[in-house]
Amino acid sequence: MSCGFCLMIETERGFCMITTKLCEALGIDYPIFQGGMAWIADASLAAAVSNAGGLGIIAAMNADANWLREEIRKARELTKKAFGVNVMLMSPFADEVAEVVVEENVPIVVTGAGNPGKYMKKWIEAGIKVIPVVPSTAMAKLVERSGAFAVIAEGGESGGHIGELTTMTLVPQVCDAVKIPVLAAGGIADGRGIAAAFMLGACGVQCGTRFLVAKECTVHQNYKNKILKAKDIDTISTGRRLGHPIRCLKNQFSREFLRQEYNPEMTDEELERMGSGALRKAAKEGDEKNGSFMAGQCAAMIHQEQTAKEMIEEMFQEAEQILNQASSFCR
Amino acid sequence: MILEKVIAILAEYKECDANEIHENSTFEELELDSLDTVDLMMTFEDEFEIQLEMSEDIKTVGDIVKAIEEQK
Repeated sequence: MSCGFCLMIETERGFCMITTKLCEALGIDYPIFQGGMAWIADASLAAAVSNAGGLGIIAAMNADANWLREEIRKARELTKKAFGVNVMLMSPFADEVAEVVVEENVPIVVTGAGNPGKYMKKWIEAGIKVIPVVPSTAMAKLVERSGAFAVIAEGGESGGHIGELTTMTLVPQVCDAVKIPVLAAGGIADGRGIAAAFMLGACGVQCGTRFLVAKECTVHQNYKNKILKAKDIDTISTGRRLGHPIRCLKNQFSREFLRQEYNPEMTDEELERMGSGALRKAAKEGDEKNGSFMAGQCAAMIHQEQTAKEMIEEMFQEAEQILNQASSFCR
Repeated sequence: MILEKVIAILAEYKECDANEIHENSTFEELELDSLDTVDLMMTFEDEFEIQLEMSEDIKTVGDIVKAIEEQK
């Protein structure tokens, strides 16, 4: 029995498995990436997701080369499967981190927060598959031309740094704009989101917020609890005035930040300082008042801590059921 | 010639008068963010049938014109 969209393979678990062209190309069982969440996506989470058949990703964030090298080596001890590194291009250590991924033979690099152009040649020559997160069709075309293997079209429903477009509008437009594989990100936390992403033209998804509450995720328990308690209206976007908006959960810190954004006496530098270190306070210290709890709008759809394996299997079983029923909409 | 055409494209993009844009105008002054810049680069490429490299050195209208001239 096939849903007609995906290859269905009988597995020892007794249910069929969705696979797309992305799986074979990257050597993964499920077409799902775990988002490169700064201060959250470390070796533990990345290895767990890769072991579960997805693509785990270590976030290089603003960390230096030594930290990243150590995390890559830790992850290699925890999994024999492929995992990637998310290089945050605005990081002051981006140049040295770009070297580390080559030296450590990381097979897949995801980039965020900018144009990876200046590193593309070096990475591609080293055999790395580069998969940039893109917020617009022009950026997708630009990175395709530079040799990107695929792109992640991330809508503004996501947590952390966000673009203007939504997943619903961005994904099909990016699919039309490029010939390389497109993954959808932003707002996807269950099988319904995965099935919808496929219908928009994507051949894979990236999920961040859902994996944040994975049992293998080392983020502070308070952070997980806030995600599990979140309601649909509990995220806000801040930082638009500074040109790089982010989505996070409402709390004392984010409400105050938003207020100060509209305070004409507050300079941009003061505002930047106010935000600096707030994510670390949330992720490492669980500081519920002063931390920035970045999360996507799908936070309210996440109800329990599970292992990464349980999450992925549940999501894809649900996606498969939905895709199998899709023909009922047509007469 | 290239300068006039670049200014015309920018004016159309920003929906402003071409007189408001000069060779020394910076992207920042024109209130163009990084996504606008990428979008515009693609437009210039199509218009002039060239391929431009994104560079941090391109900051003004004059820099774009120079980059286009080099590719011509």
